[in-house]
Amino acid sequence: MTLSAIPASAPAPLLSMRAIGKAFAGVTALDGASLEVAQGEVHALIGENGAGKSTMIKILTGYLARDAGEIAFEGAPFEARSPQDAQAKGISTIYQEINLVPFRSVTENICMGRESRRYGLLNWPAMHAQARALLARFKIDIDVRQPLNRFNTATQQMVAIARAIGFKAKLVIMDEPTSSLDEAEVEVLFDVIRQLKRAGVSVIFVSHKLDELYAVCDRVTIMRDGKTVKTAQLGGITKLELVASMLGRALSQVAKSATAFGDRHGRIGEPVLTATHLKAARKVHDVSFAVRRGEIAGFAGLLGAGRTETARMVFGADRMHSGSLTFDGVALAPRQPLDAIRRGIGFSSEDRKLEGIIPDMSVSENLTLALMPQLARAGILDEARQRAVVEKFIARLGIKCSGPEQRIRELSGGNQQKVLLARWLAMNPKLLILDEPTRGIDVGAKAEIQGLIKELADQGLAVLMISSELEEVLEGSDRIFVLREGRSVAELSHDEASEDAVMAVMAHGAAVEAARMPE
Amino acid sequence: MTGRVAGQVDASPPGAAGRAASRALVARYSTLAALVMLILFNVAYTNHFVSVQTLNVNLTQVATIVIVGVGMTLVIATAGIDLSVGSLMAIAGALAPIIFLGKVVPIGEVHVAVAAAMILSVAVAGALGWFNGWLITRFSIQPIIATLVLFIAGRGIAQVMTNGNLQPFKLDAFQWIGLGRWLGIPAQVVVMAAMVAAAAWTLRRSLFGRQILAVGGNERAARLSGVPVARVKHWVYGISGLCSGIAGLVVIAINSSSDANLVGLGMELDAIAAVAVGGTLLSGGRATIVGTLIGALFIQLVRYTLLANGIPDDVSKLVKAALIVAAVWLQGQGRG
Repeated sequence: MTLSAIPASAPAPLLSMRAIGKAFAGVTALDGASLEVAQGEVHALIGENGAGKSTMIKILTGYLARDAGEIAFEGAPFEARSPQDAQAKGISTIYQEINLVPFRSVTENICMGRESRRYGLLNWPAMHAQARALLARFKIDIDVRQPLNRFNTATQQMVAIARAIGFKAKLVIMDEPTSSLDEAEVEVLFDVIRQLKRAGVSVIFVSHKLDELYAVCDRVTIMRDGKTVKTAQLGGITKLELVASMLGRALSQVAKSATAFGDRHGRIGEPVLTATHLKAARKVHDVSFAVRRGEIAGFAGLLGAGRTETARMVFGADRMHSGSLTFDGVALAPRQPLDAIRRGIGFSSEDRKLEGIIPDMSVSENLTLALMPQLARAGILDEARQRAVVEKFIARLGIKCSGPEQRIRELSGGNQQKVLLARWLAMNPKLLILDEPTRGIDVGAKAEIQGLIKELADQGLAVLMISSELEEVLEGSDRIFVLREGRSVAELSHDEASEDAVMAVMAHGAAVEAARMPE
Repeated sequence: MTGRVAGQVDASPPGAAGRAASRALVARYSTLAALVMLILFNVAYTNHFVSVQTLNVNLTQVATIVIVGVGMTLVIATAGIDLSVGSLMAIAGALAPIIFLGKVVPIGEVHVAVAAAMILSVAVAGALGWFNGWLITRFSIQPIIATLVLFIAGRGIAQVMTNGNLQPFKLDAFQWIGLGRWLGIPAQVVVMAAMVAAAAWTLRRSLFGRQILAVGGNERAARLSGVPVARVKHWVYGISGLCSGIAGLVVIAINSSSDANLVGLGMELDAIAAVAVGGTLLSGGRATIVGTLIGALFIQLVRYTLLANGIPDDVSKLVKAALIVAAVWLQGQGRG
């Protein structure tokens, strides 16, 4: 133990990831990112979509191989070949869903899949001892022969986590562990985390709910665009600073280009869509907003604020729990997307691949998907009319393809997105909901699409835009609704909406001077 | 987030395009080429192959598979599967004689009896197919499980309807559908050709066909674009049921009897094999009715060739399986 002879300085961190680099087919996901976690520390890892949190964790747990950088664990170089290998070496990951068998004993739940056997039979004494020993590690003393459902939820949760963590774990990764839990369950989880901490186990806690971080974490590392922006004690950083770092904005920076918005305001007309007190089963608790004719309304908010969920409810893609919608002066209660489409609403999903394109179909077939019923007479498609529509939109939006019959999967992301926009424009909607319309497309196409959206609004279309890029929302919207943890907390006009003001509301939920509450 | 980053790289590198196109060409026409080669082989080596009789034998034998395969193709195009087709054939086959033999209500006029028997039994099969669609959409049950219900229960229902007895009959008006001719062409071949033509046209030219392929190609995107996914699924399973009902009538007409234990036995696998060999993606979104016809003809001709050349049926099953694997593998080459 020569180490103990060295004068006490800062103890070596349990985990140290330095200058980690990773690219996927030429697209940089991580660029010199680093992360340090101390022994017995609960360390928050935060960042917006695409910041590189998940990639970082996948590299640590051996799910992905890194391109560059070093990882040290307990002072020695660390290399995991697979998540199982990482677990064997002391790094466990807890997933949201934990499967337990409630009516079997605690021992059975813990030893499932790794039963001790003697003479081909189960060795119960050994297994009970093993279960007791594991639980003792987390300071839990219960009768392990009792069925699991005899115990309270907190204990059950603890048993589940003990099972997942096992004997060896010194570092536990929790990737958005609270996203599917209600408030009481979250409290239980926090107790478990504190217990882990007392047992000397370190935790990496990935979340986008800022309040939770302050409740349970010691330090925070903020990532953005594949880089580590900042590591700080949570006691020494405000929520506002966290939000600013995540979004990459300086607090004082109020450089907002007021690009020709003045003349737009005159064209904004009557409300097309009014939503009051929308509530979903999950994630959306109380959201109110309105979109007017010729107006681009933007939703700002952090990941998980309920922006997408709100939009999907309006479109009938997800069920509305309560609240009311008025569209064009008449109540709207869509039970399925078709209901909303018939009223003149279009919706472009944030996930182009999963919910947008039909990869095996042609540009033409994809473009006319929503319009199809109108292109058919007595159920027979009118090919000539279809061709006319498709050619018109290929020309108007500048879609680069070899022709209407090219398969859409072969197009670039930006051109796919244009086809999807055309899908809705072709049916001449009154309201277009765009969820992340420029995500994952190159800069040129992005500018084109942003320009197109403004042009459409000028022509009288009402647009509801969601973007995780604050800049895009601020510059592209006439009005901004800020959502925070499922509630609309502020409504700001284009001129009122400085980055500072919006970020303040995103962070605190409370209205600041520049922000008014809706209604 | 990783998936999204990786997913952005969707443009193929230049040069690969030509290769992919030629592979697609191979995949597209491989079954047809194999069928042509098989025909040429038979022309050269099998005695009496080039005759109207051989043609008619093969076409009449393949007709029921193709008729069922038409419905199956539509189902598979929506990324579904229908295991109940054989059992629905048995139900239609059991019900028709009960009606035209006057066991329920005696019907004096034979043509009325035959028409009632045909329409009702096919309609019942269609309704049961619709029920499959209802199970699948209403309860989000996987098609393979949902249609397994009637795969098992359907044959039981047919057996109960007939008390497990063979129903022999001799009724030319009814048996025309299995034994009759139209301009010298066997009636069931005419029915088959009409159904193939109608379905192929529907798939290519109609709103419904486009909706089927959209549902199979990306169900979530289709729903968000206003495609009535549940209705489309109800219809394809309903149509598959109708096709099965028609095929059941053809089988009993040929046999002059209805045996609930045997009508349509194993048909689900023959039909699925024909669809797969024909080039329809089992994962949905791409389908070819003519391909199914070619696939069924190919499988039929393989069996015929082996039998005609004195190879026992057991061995021919193995060869058949091997050729199916080869055909499906060849098509896999065209996917990129």
